[in-house]
Amino acid sequence: MIKRPKPERFRLRRTMMFMNAQKPGLIKDAYIYGCDSIMLDLEDAVAENQKDAARFSLYHALTTIDYGETEVIVRINGLDTPHWQEDIRVCVAGGADGIRIAKCESAQDVRTVEAAVEAAEREFGVEVGRTLLMAALESPKGILNAYEICSASDRMLGCAISGGDFRKCMQTKFQPDGVDMLVARGQMLMAARAAGVQCFDTVFTDLDDNEGFEAEVRQNKAMGFDGKSLINPKQIRLVHQIFAPTEKEVMQAEAMVRAFREAAAAGIGVFTVNGKMVDVAFIPGAERTLRLAKACGMYEGDLV
Amino acid sequence: MQIEKSAMAGTLESSDALVTVEPGNQGIELEISSSVMNQYGRQIRATVLETLERLEVKSGHVTVVDKGALDCTLKARVECAVFRSCDKSAAGIPWGGVIR
Repeated sequence: MIKRPKPERFRLRRTMMFMNAQKPGLIKDAYIYGCDSIMLDLEDAVAENQKDAARFSLYHALTTIDYGETEVIVRINGLDTPHWQEDIRVCVAGGADGIRIAKCESAQDVRTVEAAVEAAEREFGVEVGRTLLMAALESPKGILNAYEICSASDRMLGCAISGGDFRKCMQTKFQPDGVDMLVARGQMLMAARAAGVQCFDTVFTDLDDNEGFEAEVRQNKAMGFDGKSLINPKQIRLVHQIFAPTEKEVMQAEAMVRAFREAAAAGIGVFTVNGKMVDVAFIPGAERTLRLAKACGMYEGDLV
Repeated sequence: MQIEKSAMAGTLESSDALVTVEPGNQGIELEISSSVMNQYGRQIRATVLETLERLEVKSGHVTVVDKGALDCTLKARVECAVFRSCDKSAAGIPWGGVIR
């Protein structure tokens, strides 16, 4: 049986790719694509009469296939279905890194799932607290409650918006400039940052519209998202490219962090680097840039 | 477990297998057809029989139409078909127990 290392609550998650847990052809080699996380789906991708079969398939995939560094998250069925409890049992028993709560609308939803996860951890002898959680916000109510959802549990790694359902609720549809979800994305991001968790954008479903996809990913980065949900491996590379820092950003960040550490040791609070004022407020951002650069293979130093 | 009624699990898609179980009383009668019969026929048979033994299925008619499934997929399909035949596939599965 493959033993996965203890999941990290905060790690690089630029790309989360959905995969139907019921399709062996897909999940057997999901790790080769190089996405940061894969999202094995027990929910919408699996037909109602195949939910049981998908769990058997998921259990053996989780315990047999070595996904390596790729994070393995499972999307479970909604709390209004008869499936979610068994979904949680199989996720925990199989050692999934995290569980994505579909259609999450309140802190209570998170606590309900957390209680079931903890019970399963005890049942299967898994370290209590190991299994991470994330919330998919799919309705206006979910977005409005984003802060309480994001701060409902120490297991929460972040939240993601689900565009299809959300647009339906709002009586709108996809717009190339993103105006259909601008407020929702903004509000969710603010809630996630306030709660100190990560935030992910929805999938882009038109695989032939490369320009539209690129525009959306650039907007995601500009708005401050940590990453994006994907439906196809061919979308991974572009997201990684766009989310990577530029070489100039990496050099500037390195100079800032180095100068700050030297200045702090010498008792200086504010100073300039390459003509720009720097003080302590800039340092977390610069360190984040360096960590991202390291993950992208652009930085090999020892500052982070 | 005892196969109580006919049940199926899986598909005929590539990398999958379609497993059918039916009640019987003359031990395990196993029929396999596979797109990779010459290379993997013995291994498929061994995996299916091992899985049935683990589930303590003593008799029944089992048909496997294999489309190049990995061992872990074969196991999952056989287990699901057997649990379905007893109407026990929806909840309370012994993950990590007989399912392993």
